[in-house]
Amino acid sequence: MMGPSIHKKVDSIVFGVFSPKIIKKMSSAKVVTPELYDKEGYPVDGGLMDIRLGVIDPGLRCKTCGQKLKECTGHFGYIELARPVIHYNFVSTVLTLLRSTCRECGRVLIPKNKIDSYAKVLDQAEQEGGISARRSKIKEIITTLRTTNKCPWCKSRQQKVVIEKPTSFYENEKRITPIEARARLEKVPDEDCMLFGINAKAFRPEWSVLTVLPIPPVTMRPSITLESGERSEDDLTHKLGDIVRINQRLFENINAGAPEIIIEDLWDLLQYHITTFFDNAVAQLPPARHRSGQPLKTISARIKSKEGRIRHNLAGKRTNFSARTVISPDPMIDLDEVGIPIIVAMKLSVPEKVTEWNAEYLKKFIDRGPKKYPGANYVVRPDGKKKKITDETKEQVIEELQPGYSVERHLMDGDIAIFNRQPSLHRMSMMCHRIRVLPNKTFRLNPAVCAPYNADFDGDEMNLHVPQTEEARIEAEILMQVKTQLISPRYGLSIIGCIQDAITGNYLLTKALNFSREEAVELLLAARENDLSSLSNKQKFSGKEIFSVLLPTDFNFEGKSKGFTGDEKVDMKNDTVVVIKKGQLESGIMDKANLGEGSGLMLRNLVKQYGEQKAIEILGKIFRLGIEVLLKLGFSCCLHDTDMPKEAREEIENTLSKAYEDVDEMIAQFNEGKLEAFPGRSVEETLELKILERLNGARNKTGGIVGDFAQKDSSTIIMANSGARGNPLNLAQMAGCVGQQALRGKRIDLGYSGRTLSAFKKGDLSPDSRGFIRNSFKKGLAPHEFFFGAMTGRDSLMDTALRTPKSGYLYRRLANAMQDVKIEYDESVRDATGNVIQFNYGEDNLDVSKTEGGKLNVQRIIKSVLKA
Amino acid sequence: MATPKFDVTKHILVPKHTIISERERKQVLEKYNITYKELPKILVNDSAIKHLKPKVGDIVKIVRASLTAGETIYYRGVINA
Repeated sequence: MMGPSIHKKVDSIVFGVFSPKIIKKMSSAKVVTPELYDKEGYPVDGGLMDIRLGVIDPGLRCKTCGQKLKECTGHFGYIELARPVIHYNFVSTVLTLLRSTCRECGRVLIPKNKIDSYAKVLDQAEQEGGISARRSKIKEIITTLRTTNKCPWCKSRQQKVVIEKPTSFYENEKRITPIEARARLEKVPDEDCMLFGINAKAFRPEWSVLTVLPIPPVTMRPSITLESGERSEDDLTHKLGDIVRINQRLFENINAGAPEIIIEDLWDLLQYHITTFFDNAVAQLPPARHRSGQPLKTISARIKSKEGRIRHNLAGKRTNFSARTVISPDPMIDLDEVGIPIIVAMKLSVPEKVTEWNAEYLKKFIDRGPKKYPGANYVVRPDGKKKKITDETKEQVIEELQPGYSVERHLMDGDIAIFNRQPSLHRMSMMCHRIRVLPNKTFRLNPAVCAPYNADFDGDEMNLHVPQTEEARIEAEILMQVKTQLISPRYGLSIIGCIQDAITGNYLLTKALNFSREEAVELLLAARENDLSSLSNKQKFSGKEIFSVLLPTDFNFEGKSKGFTGDEKVDMKNDTVVVIKKGQLESGIMDKANLGEGSGLMLRNLVKQYGEQKAIEILGKIFRLGIEVLLKLGFSCCLHDTDMPKEAREEIENTLSKAYEDVDEMIAQFNEGKLEAFPGRSVEETLELKILERLNGARNKTGGIVGDFAQKDSSTIIMANSGARGNPLNLAQMAGCVGQQALRGKRIDLGYSGRTLSAFKKGDLSPDSRGFIRNSFKKGLAPHEFFFGAMTGRDSLMDTALRTPKSGYLYRRLANAMQDVKIEYDESVRDATGNVIQFNYGEDNLDVSKTEGGKLNVQRIIKSVLKA
Repeated sequence: MATPKFDVTKHILVPKHTIISERERKQVLEKYNITYKELPKILVNDSAIKHLKPKVGDIVKIVRASLTAGETIYYRGVINA
């Protein structure tokens, strides 16, 4: 019923370092021998696999706690070191203490009367800039103490302490042995430690020189038994074996009275093994290796970096009830639906609680079992025990089923799932969709929601998650449904809109098409518009009238189409002024400017006036209507869309020839030294600029010619005009002239010395030799032109390939730096500690997602207020 | 060579900085329910406020031109360099 009652409450936590005493106290075994197992394969007492340190074999019981495998979490042991050894992670601490305390009396090298003022400075620094300011202040003090050469307490002379990395200290060319270092640290009084930010109660400085070494429990370094019956020990056990072995040898040599050199060598070896036991990637030490040559994974390698315990196991999350596969488009499912393969639907499940009212219904699922859709995979008892449903257990489970149980049934149409595409850069990258179970093996999504996910279908994969509790489902539905994400918080317009065929279709429909009554009804029904009441009794309908059926009857809107110029006469002629009155599209063409993603206020106004549910329904219908129109008409582009009449070709040819002549003349002028330089430019630069300008002008002119002569009713032009795909430049490159290829803003000028290709003369500045492509794509490129095109093509490919990871990392850093920033109730922007970042959010306190393209339409607000 | 003196405060991109009065200071801190520590910071020797002869602990009011709001007010606490 209730959670476990609290009998102990954490009041405070102190971080410290184990003292030798504590190490011995918490140990349950002293390790004295490097042997692991005896002849029978039983762990040796006092060995590294001692069963007092925990059990890793099934069947054995721990000698310390009496528990079995998986119950006993293991116990620490220890070894007594023959000689003390510096703990690698505390080398810097030891060094600063040796440098800034007296070698004789152990006091800090600060005069008695000044200690208080130093402490005060530190306290003040902490108050002003927090703990990091205190630390940097401590560092400052330490550097000043280094140069002190006389102890202000006992007047003894100080020596300069140098470190020889990684772990040895020298004073006057003489080594400070760990024994000596430890003795000095012992002398430092507790109150002096406080100055260095050391809490001596939890961390006496001398504890950073190890005299006993704790042995981690066997449970954190289990051995594995190979198929051959051989045992393979963990890396840590190997390392510990080395330590124990060397330690024993050191003991024996000391007892036998061996010469000092031998003892010191062994001592250094012990130091090496203990250092690499903690960290096997110390810069100055060769990493300890297996016999195979791969480095041992010791303690710090287990914790650190991407594959370490923290980032991999603690911060890294994995999830059940998820699926991933390739995506493909399906314009006939709703915007907020996702099609999932039936195989996935039978693997993923939703737990449904059994009540007396749905018991019969759920029993049918169990009866169908896991192999027949829609069935069920598991039954969960009230005590949490899961039971798999199989053909054998089926009857028994149905018998047993009663209220309180839950049935994990297959996914069905209408279930809730969260759909996601990486990189999840904004909140629209994870949205909640309704499931639609479909044949075949890909996830299906409506192409209109490609934009928020930034997805296409060239092999993209996406992830799907199925919420398992009622709360999670409700939360996903309220916060993450596609319809709640219609308006982007980035610019306050709809990010979901019509794309491609849907735009082309609506463009054609609202431009000039007429349909008979039958055809109109057919189209509207195919677009799933069932309310045809606003269709008049006429026998013939214009496209605008058909489109208007989808709009609410009280919708008023004024806007612009894509070709809007501002010139009233031209706009009237081109029909680019969109006027919707009482749900009737009176003038204007529905193109990308009105229906496209992130453009135009029509969708925005629909959301605002009729709510997101209605808006998404209308959008879905508009989308399908566009596609149905194209299905009816038939629509495809072809090669002769780019055909030009003879006069156009001649005109293009003339324009280019003229440009070539002009450029030749400029070069001639330059060679004669008659070219006048622009202010602030050299003559060469001036020539380049002039040539570039002339050639670009020529190319643009051919574009204009292509635009003038192109057949206005060709599919390619229609796509470009409606904004569905392509632009005039693409067209000009296909039919007219590809134009100048540029590398880093300049005409191509690299390759051989003085020339781009060996086919040209040295110093040739003509358009041809510097990457101007005179031909059109349709005509075909000359060999050198093709090569220049390949150059810029490769350059831009490289550019995108290098930019993607760079911008990704930049974004990650931004996101991490700003993740705790939020807007408070007083409209100021603060971080987690309450520091003010902005006094007014965005300086104007506007929630962009509640605006129209970042602006508020004050006029309309006034109108609506006056009306009410 | 003597560098010609350039008055940054006259530059078009440098917004107007003023040190606010004791009374206004109290109002600001009270309005946002913050202490001096939570304010954004500015160095005493910042070129934009050098001519005001600020002391550590002063609060500087900055009136900026804003694309979204026309004009916007920002406060910064003066800190030691």
